[in-house]
Amino acid sequence: MADASWLTEFPDMSRRELLTIRKTLDSAYRDFSREYGDSIESLFDPLLSFLVWFEHLLIQTPWWIILFIITAIVHFATRSWKLSTGVVISLLLIGYFGMWEDTMRTLSIITVCTLLSIVLGIPIGILMSRSDRAQSIVTPLLDVMQTMPAFVYLIPVVMLLGIGKIPGVIAVVIYAIPPVIRLTNLGIRLVSKEILEAATAYGATPTQRLFGVQLPLAMPTIMAGINQTIMMALAMVVIASMIGVKGLGQPVLKSITNQYFTLGLLNGLAIVALAIIFDRVSQSYAKRTQKHLEGQDHG
Amino acid sequence: MASNENALIEIEGLYQIFGPNAEKVLPKVKAGASKDEVLAETGHTVGLQDINLAIDKGEIFVIMGLSGSGKSTLIRHFNRLIDPTAGKIKVNGDDIMTLPMKELTQFRRHKMSMVFQHFGLLPHRTVIENVGYGLSIKGLKRSEWEDKAKEWLDTVGLAGYEEQYPSQLSGGQQQRVGLARALCTDAEILLMDEAFSALDPLIRYDMQSQLIELQENLHKTIIFITHDLDEALRLGDRIAVLKDGKLVQVGKPVDIILNPADDYVRAFAKDVNRARALFVKNVMSPALPMCSSDNIEDLKLQLNEHGVAFRKIDDGVFEACTEIDSNDNAVWLAVASLKRNQLLQDILPTMLESKQPLPVIDKSQQLCGYLSHKALAKMLQLPHQTEAA
Repeated sequence: MADASWLTEFPDMSRRELLTIRKTLDSAYRDFSREYGDSIESLFDPLLSFLVWFEHLLIQTPWWIILFIITAIVHFATRSWKLSTGVVISLLLIGYFGMWEDTMRTLSIITVCTLLSIVLGIPIGILMSRSDRAQSIVTPLLDVMQTMPAFVYLIPVVMLLGIGKIPGVIAVVIYAIPPVIRLTNLGIRLVSKEILEAATAYGATPTQRLFGVQLPLAMPTIMAGINQTIMMALAMVVIASMIGVKGLGQPVLKSITNQYFTLGLLNGLAIVALAIIFDRVSQSYAKRTQKHLEGQDHG
Repeated sequence: MASNENALIEIEGLYQIFGPNAEKVLPKVKAGASKDEVLAETGHTVGLQDINLAIDKGEIFVIMGLSGSGKSTLIRHFNRLIDPTAGKIKVNGDDIMTLPMKELTQFRRHKMSMVFQHFGLLPHRTVIENVGYGLSIKGLKRSEWEDKAKEWLDTVGLAGYEEQYPSQLSGGQQQRVGLARALCTDAEILLMDEAFSALDPLIRYDMQSQLIELQENLHKTIIFITHDLDEALRLGDRIAVLKDGKLVQVGKPVDIILNPADDYVRAFAKDVNRARALFVKNVMSPALPMCSSDNIEDLKLQLNEHGVAFRKIDDGVFEACTEIDSNDNAVWLAVASLKRNQLLQDILPTMLESKQPLPVIDKSQQLCGYLSHKALAKMLQLPHQTEAA
C-alpha cells in the first residue's frame, strides 16, 4: 500500500483470489448437485408425472371436447356470452394456424404453475400477515425473486435438475409467486380492525376469524394477486422454453434465432390470447363472487 | 374501593400502559406519576390508571369522556379484546383474567355481546347472516338460528331486509343490524362502544329511544360508552366520567349535573339543558302521601309533612288536596298525573297549569312519588357560575 493508486482505482481483490472464490463455490455446488441431484429430482417425481399426465390429457383429448370444456368453464365463471364467444373464436383461430398442440402444452404448464403458486403462496401470505417477523424475512426474499434476472437462478436449477419440465416449473413459480404472496398479506392486513374485533368479541376462534372474516374480506386483493401471478407465469413461457419446456415459447425462441417474424408474431399472439382469457375469466369470476361490494357507495 | 352485593361486573385496580416495557413502568404509575411525566421519562403511554368499578345487574352504566380519555380502551377490557397491564376484571365473581383461551372464547360467546361505533358488520354476509353471526359461530346451523335472527331483525324494525348486504343499508339501519346481532346471542351483558356516535342527531335520538324501550323488557346489563353528556344522561342509570385514563366521578345522572366532582365534570355539566336531561324521577320526591280514606287527621299529617295528599280515583287517576277549609273539609281537585320517565321539558306545561303538586305514576299506573313546583324550580336553576365573571 505504499503507492497511492487506491485513490484513482478501486482497491479490488486480485483476479486470482476472485477466481479461487468462484471455483470453490462452483465446484462445491457441482459436487452437491452430483451428490444429491438425483434424490432431489426424485422428490419432484409426483409433480412431473402429474405434469406429463395433464399435458397428455389436453393433447390426446379431441380438440372439440377441449374447446367445449374450456368454453363451459369460461361461461360458468363469467356468465357472459360475449366473453365465451371471444374465447371460442380465439381458440379456433389458434387451432387453424396450427398452434393447437403448443397452446395445450403451455396451457397445461401455466395451469400447474398457477395452482402451485396459489397453494404455496396463500399460506405464506397468511403467515406473513400474522407475524411481522415473518413479513420482515419474506419481503426481501420476494424482492430478490422479482428483480433477480431469471437466467441467474436458472443456472443452479438446471445444474441440479437438468433440462426439462420440472426446472421450468420451478423457474416459472419463482418468478410468478411473489404477487400472490404479497397481495394475500396485504389483503389480510387491510381487513378493518373493527370487523375483526367484532368477530373476536362474539367468540370467533382464530380459525373462524381467518376463514370466516379475513380471507373472504381479503379475497378481492388476493384475486388481484392471483391474476398478476397468472400474467407473470405466461410472461415466463419464452424463458422457460430455453431450458426445454415445450409449448408456445419454443417457436418464439426459434423465430428469434432464425428471424422468422411471422412465426414469432403468431405464437406471441397466441400467448396474448391465453393471457387475456385467463385475465378476464379470473377477474369476472372474482367480481361475481364479491356481490356484497356492489352498491358500496350507498349511504 | 367500590364493592357491593349486586355487582355483576367488578373492576379492581385496572391499569393499562402502552409500550414495550409496560410491566417495568407500572410501579412508577402506581406511585402516582402523571401521564405526561411517564411519557417524558419512559416513552410509555398511560391508557388507564387505577380504575375501580362495580356495575350492577340490569343497569345501563354509561362511561363518558372526551376522545383520548381511554373510554374505548376501557370497554375493550370487559371482554378482553385488550388485556390490562394489571388489575382484576370479575364477572359474576369470577376473574376473567385467569380464563384460558378456550374458556375465554366460550365466555365471549355466551356472556357478552358488543355493538361498535362503526357497526363492525361483516360486509360479505347478508343482514340476516350478520344478525345470526353470534349463533352461527357457536356451531348452530342456519335452520337453528334463522327464526330467532328474523325475530330480532323484526324487533329493531328491519323486517324484509334479510337478504340485503350491509353496504346497501343506511348508517342507522346498519347500527340496528348491529344491535339485533348483539341481542340475538341472549348474552346478559351488552357492551356498546360509542354505538350511536356515528349517526346523525335525529337517528341517534331514535336509536336511544329504541334502546330504552328494549331495555324495559330485557333488563340487560348495558355498558355504554359515549362522549355526549346528553346521551349519557338520557340513557344512564349511572354514569362514570373518565379523564386522561382516570375515573373522575361515578354517580347517578343527577349527581353529575348537580354535584360535579371537579371542574372537568362541571364544564361538561354546564352546557346541559336540564329540562331536557333530567326526568321526573330525578326531581320528584319519592314519598307517597296517599290518603285512602277521609281520615282528616291522617290528611293533616300528610299536608304538614308534604304540603299535599293524593287519593286514588282509578288506576293512574288521582285527586290532590292541598288545603283543609275552616270546616275541616278537605278540598279535593282532579289533577293530571306525571310519568316517572317523562323529561322535565315534557311536563313543564302541565306543571305550569297546575296549582298543586302533581302525582307521579310508574309503568303499572301506581303512585311512586310526587313533584312540587318548588323542587322543579330549584332543579332548573342554573348553577351559580362564580367563575363566569
